[in-house]
Order: sequence, then C-alpha cells, then structure tokens
Amino acid sequence: MARKQSLWCYTIAGWSGFYVMLVELLSGRLIAPSFGSSIYVWGSVIFVFMLGLAIGYLFGGIFSRYSPSLLRLCGILVAAAIATLPTLFFGTQFLDFMFDKITDPRFGSLLTCLGLFLVPTIFAGMVSPYAIRILVKNRESSGHDAGYLYFISTIGSSLGTLLTAFYLVLLFEVNTILLAAIGISVAVGGLGALANYRKV
Amino acid sequence: MKRILTIVAAFCALGFTAAPAAAQQLLHQERSLYRNIFVTQDGDERCMLFRWPRPLGRESCRMLHNPEKLIFDYTQMMLAGLYLDPSPKRILIIGEGGGTIPTALQEMFPATQIDLVELDKAIDGVARTYFDFKPGPNMHVFIEDGRVYVKRAAAQKPNYDMVMLDAFDADYIPEHMLTREFLEEVRADMAPHGVIVANTFSDSALYDHESATYATVFGPYFNLKLANRIILGRAGGLAPDDLANARKNAATLEPMLSKRGTGSDFLLPLLSTKVDWDPNSRILTDQYSPSNLLNALPRR
Repeated sequence: MARKQSLWCYTIAGWSGFYVMLVELLSGRLIAPSFGSSIYVWGSVIFVFMLGLAIGYLFGGIFSRYSPSLLRLCGILVAAAIATLPTLFFGTQFLDFMFDKITDPRFGSLLTCLGLFLVPTIFAGMVSPYAIRILVKNRESSGHDAGYLYFISTIGSSLGTLLTAFYLVLLFEVNTILLAAIGISVAVGGLGALANYRKV
Repeated sequence: MKRILTIVAAFCALGFTAAPAAAQQLLHQERSLYRNIFVTQDGDERCMLFRWPRPLGRESCRMLHNPEKLIFDYTQMMLAGLYLDPSPKRILIIGEGGGTIPTALQEMFPATQIDLVELDKAIDGVARTYFDFKPGPNMHVFIEDGRVYVKRAAAQKPNYDMVMLDAFDADYIPEHMLTREFLEEVRADMAPHGVIVANTFSDSALYDHESATYATVFGPYFNLKLANRIILGRAGGLAPDDLANARKNAATLEPMLSKRGTGSDFLLPLLSTKVDWDPNSRILTDQYSPSNLLNALPRR
C-alpha cells in the first residue's frame, strides 16, 4: 500500500514538473503579442515562475505539517490546474487591460505575469515538499526519497519543456495545449484521490 | 571592442568550406542583448552579419564607394513598393539592419516622415558607426519591439502610406510578427489603401502558411519571388488598375531607382499575383505560430 502511495507521489510530482514548464513556455507566447519577446519579457516570465515556485516550496513545507495526506496532495495539483483557468478564459482581456495601463514593457510584462501565473506556480511549487513529507518514512531514507522525487519532478520539467517547444506548439493552439494540460492535471489528481480515498 | 582579423586561406584547409573569402576582414564584433553582430569588409563591400565566420546570410551590405547602390535583390525588390505609391508621406519601417532601406527612402523623399523601429539598440549603433546611417529631421528611430510599437501606434491612428516589414533575428522573422493578429494590427496603422511591403523567405514549409496568412489579412498581393520573397500588397487588397499604375509609376521612378542599381526591367516582371501556395494552409495566429519550427522544415 505504501508503495502504491509512493507511486502516486512520483506521478503527481512528475506531472506537476511537466505542467509548470509547459505553462511557463506558453506564457511567453501569450505575452509576446502585447509586450514582445524581448529579453525583459523572458526575464519577467522566469522571475515570476521562480518566485512562485519558491513561495510554493515554503508553503508546501508548512502545509505538510498538518495532517499530510495523498488526498490533499491531489488537491494541490488540481488547485494548480484550476488557478490556470483564468488565463485561458480572461488572459486576452487581462493582457489588453495591462497593455493599456502600462506603457513600459518591462513592468507591463512583469505585472501581467504576476497576475496570471504566480498563483498556479505557487500551487505547483507546493507539490514537491508535500510529496516528500508523504514519501519519507524514516530519517535514514529521507535524503534518498527527496533526491528520487526531485529526479522525477525535474525529469518531468525537462520533458515538459522539450515536448512543448518541439512538438506541441507545432500541432496545437496555445489554449488547446493549456486546456489539455489542465485536464490531465485534474484527471491525475482525481484518479489519485479516488485510488487512495480509503487510506485518508 | 574593435578587432581586426584577417581570415586566411587556412580556414579552407581546415574544412571550413563556407568560410568567407580570404580577403574578408572582420571590422567589428559585439554581443548585444539579442545576438552577435559582426561587421565585415571585403574590398569595397561592407556587411553586417549575425553569424560569422560561417554566415548563414548577410543582413545588410553596402558599397563604400557607391553607397547609393542597393546590393541585395531583396532591398531592390522592396523598393517596388513605390510602384504602388510613388510619393508616400508617412512610412513605417520595422527592422533597421544597416539602415540601407531607411537611408535610401530618406534620400529619395526628404520630406517624408519615416518611423523606424528596431528592437536592438546595438544594431542601431552599428548602423550609425559602420554603415553611415544618419537619420534626418523627418526620421524617428524607436528602439522597441516591432509588435509592441505597432499595437501601441494604433491609438494615434498614424495612417501610414507604406509599411515595410524587415525584422529578422539570426533565424527568421520573430514568431509574434508573423501572425494574423499582428498583420491586422499593422493594417490598422495604415491609410485605407496604404502599401504593405514584407521581406520573407520562400523555401521552407512556412511559405504556404505565411502566404495564406498575409492573403487572409491583405487579400490578393504581388508576390515578388527570387531567393527572398517580397509580399507587396495594400490594406484592403490590390486595386484592379494597380498593375497598370505600377507600369506608369515605374517610368516616373526610373531615374530615382536606377541610381539605386535597380529599375523596371528587373522589378516589373516580378509583379506576379499567381497563388503558388496552398491557400488552405493553416493560418498563423497568436494561438498557433510555430513559425521558426516550420521555417526549419523543407517545403513539401
């Protein structure tokens, strides 16, 4: 049973890594029509995702102290997905609003990124420390568990980057890719919750 | 930092088959925020390149002792835009390079307002230092992203009589400046029958998508095609008498263009409206613009 739970932890962390890099790459595409694709636009994107992940690690660690469960881990993954939905439905309007309000493309892109992507990235950042809390059964294996989880999560991130940049944008529209990724997050989170419901 | 290097024939011996001629000198190189910029000189010809010593293409070149002559076919082909409007009052140019086209238009039409947009400040600096680019009182240089400029300019209703798109990075045109939405924003900045002139490539899988996207926004256009392809159209589509008027304007403009090393014998036969792309190709949009990926694939 513990092994099954571990498998879900790795799956969720791996997909979360994939998801966050997919969204990061696509965020550059979403912002380019309003603020360009200059170095400061990518600077804004990377800053916001790093900041979000940093805050997420902090919150995930704190949150893991209170009744940690796989069900809640699934909830974090689904929350990251749902927090991306506003980008899908109101992203263009928000970009137009920011474009009209802020003429400096540096701060325009920075504040737009903060508005659209900080919250989902915080949730995505919470996944790894929270999953480690569930995985770790004793002090001796904690480093090994954490290392293995970061391995899976970062492999997910690297695949998310490569597949999105090389193939997904060639085949699908940005919003289609985002919607599919959100759907997969909800599916993974939902299935994980169902499979482990009795062990809560 | 300026460096002067002489490329010796040893490069060839090392297998650098694409290496430039032995006489080519590197006058300047710098790493800007966006790219490496090289300035080379080969005899009387000075060029700006983004890759060196194995260039994929030259961005801009000028003859030092005959600076008015346009060396590249594509720069000559872009001047065919004047056949549709022989006296533009307001021109927008996106992409500075060595300042060849802005300089030519400024000299031909000193009273015309020319707005020039360049993303990379270093390109502007190199153009001024090595390519004798001197904007006159009616030329304004804006250092910013072309898409952002175009989108923001719409609020002022600038009514450009002519828009020339020539923004390239080391690979191709930036992806956000190839989409339907971008071209619609460009059209919104143009006078009702303003002229659009766009420098593109013609040999990759992108060609069909790019052609179809331009046709969606601008309707039928002249497709001037050699190694590069110049799209020459109007906001609102070509008029039925555009070809006849082009012939008349060509005669008037001939003295002006011959000074630039081009003319109607070269340009008029290129004014084709033949649709040689798949009109059902998927349109490039802000949602779907894998342009650089498509540009790396061969055309079917």
